[in-house]
Amino acid sequence: MKLDYVLTKNRLTLLLSGDYLAYDDAEAKKRLFQEVIKHAPAHIDIHAKDLGKWDSSLVIILFELQKLAHKKNLVFQTEALPEGLKKLLDLALAVRPKPPQQKAPAACFLERTGAYACALYHICRRGLSFIHQTIQSVGHYLTGSAVMRRVDLWFALEDAGPKAIGIVSLISFMVGLILAFVGAIQLKSFGAQIYVASLVAIGMTRIMGAIMAGIIMAGRTGASYAASIGTMQVNEELDALKTMGIPASDFLVLPRVIALTLTMPLLTMLSDFMGMLGGGAVGVFMLGISPQEYWKYSVDAFDLTNFLVGIFHGLVFGWVIALCGCYYGINAGRNADSVGAATTKAVVSAIVWMIVMTGIITWLCEVIGI
Amino acid sequence: MKNILPIEAKNITVAYGSFVLLKDISFAVKPHDIFIIMGGSGCGKSSLLRVLTDLMPPAHGDVFIDGVNFTKADTIEKNILMQKSGILYQSGALFSSMTLAENIALPLQQYTSYSAQTIRELVALKLALVGLAGFEDFYPSEISGGMKKRAGLARALALDPEIVYFDEPSAGLDPLSSKRLDDLIIDINQTLGTTIVVVTHELSSIFDIGTNSIFLDGASKSIIARGNPKTLLKNPPNETVYEFLTRGKHHAQRTP
Repeated sequence: MKLDYVLTKNRLTLLLSGDYLAYDDAEAKKRLFQEVIKHAPAHIDIHAKDLGKWDSSLVIILFELQKLAHKKNLVFQTEALPEGLKKLLDLALAVRPKPPQQKAPAACFLERTGAYACALYHICRRGLSFIHQTIQSVGHYLTGSAVMRRVDLWFALEDAGPKAIGIVSLISFMVGLILAFVGAIQLKSFGAQIYVASLVAIGMTRIMGAIMAGIIMAGRTGASYAASIGTMQVNEELDALKTMGIPASDFLVLPRVIALTLTMPLLTMLSDFMGMLGGGAVGVFMLGISPQEYWKYSVDAFDLTNFLVGIFHGLVFGWVIALCGCYYGINAGRNADSVGAATTKAVVSAIVWMIVMTGIITWLCEVIGI
Repeated sequence: MKNILPIEAKNITVAYGSFVLLKDISFAVKPHDIFIIMGGSGCGKSSLLRVLTDLMPPAHGDVFIDGVNFTKADTIEKNILMQKSGILYQSGALFSSMTLAENIALPLQQYTSYSAQTIRELVALKLALVGLAGFEDFYPSEISGGMKKRAGLARALALDPEIVYFDEPSAGLDPLSSKRLDDLIIDINQTLGTTIVVVTHELSSIFDIGTNSIFLDGASKSIIARGNPKTLLKNPPNETVYEFLTRGKHHAQRTP
């Protein structure tokens, strides 16, 4: 299996003998091509009488050689090649009706900046339009004209409610436990470990319960919304809805928004309770506080206003998660990658918007003095 | 010496749980055949292809590739046998995050020890063979449906397979693109000597490219005809096959 050739004044004869299977001698190939470039023989022919088995590794040599010969206006004679190999070369070099399209040249800095600005404008516009459509759909729902199947709402409720109880309970319990443990380290040095109960009760009910429930639901339910609606986009189901005159905001977004509006406050309450339970576990088993005492301090620290502010956070987070999940699902591209990207964007943006909304609500509470 | 058949299916039963789709079917594909698996919608053509390519185990029976029991082979043996075949899926099944060149290079990087330069040259050759020379850096989303199929075929041909399977190659293509793909299948069969198995119900493709065929019948869950499609049209063994191959003309003539 060698790439031999004979070079005379006007002719290069390639001598093919034996089998050429998985042939990959880069040096020999380079030498051959250099000879052709250097001497530019008027004729290139092939001696293939003793050629045995061959595969694509031989075809690429001949293919590249033939292309080079065409480029240099040399005569490339393939008559001596086996019929199959000759036909294959003809097929590879056949002129096709569709030339490759030219890609747009790289844009300069100013063009790129302009493009980003335009893209940002369109994103904002699309986002606001989506919120507007969703508000309209809520209006449709309230007036009884929304195109929404009850069964979809039921499935969404089941998915965002009972099915989420386990994970929300577990994570909130652990967070309460960590909160109590971290607090206890400091409070113990003042002999004030009993206030761990107050710390956990206030922390969980005011914000932590809602935040934990929100983060879990963004990763679990928001991602699922983006993935399922994104897959519908890939399968052209959204186009089908559109052509049937059914607004996607009614049919797909509304049940999900309603489901999270109803379940998020309840999950926030559950998260508050489980967090306090976790804190209680640290208080009772690690700090030696009696369960009655822990309960008493927790109840004393419990404030209805804090609790309601937490629930309100949960409600807002529910809207944020549903809107982000549905928005990115509806605006996903039409391939597998886009669905993955839409899911990532849905989770990340839901978390970012939850933090932003927390800031806004906290500022509003400050302004109105609660 | 007895000739080794590229594909031989012996007493294959295809089932989804208790629902039997095909029962006890046997057939053999000869070397360099363009073998058509045809039949009406839902008769089990694509499921049979899944069994032949080990994407689904048969409920009963064995598939032999080059005389080796593919169904009962161990993982290493299966891997070796799988390298002998390429598959073109209905949609092309190109990886959307990779360029066409990267899609085609993937099996070459996985299964060969070729240098990067040789892989680049092989990719260029395979793309040229399917009429996509110069499209190396394009993503699947940037090309048409017909081009995706041709790129999928280039990937299927990457390892110089002895057998190439096609699942509904004409599906979703305009008549001209469909004809071009049929011509390409014939070219590949003739130039590379590749054995080709095509699952289709497109009559034009069946008659244009098929050298041998089986006809699956959903009602009897079996093969009700076999042979060259043109011969089957001339001498149909039964009414169902004739109806199918004449696009129901026979039935239309009878029904006023």
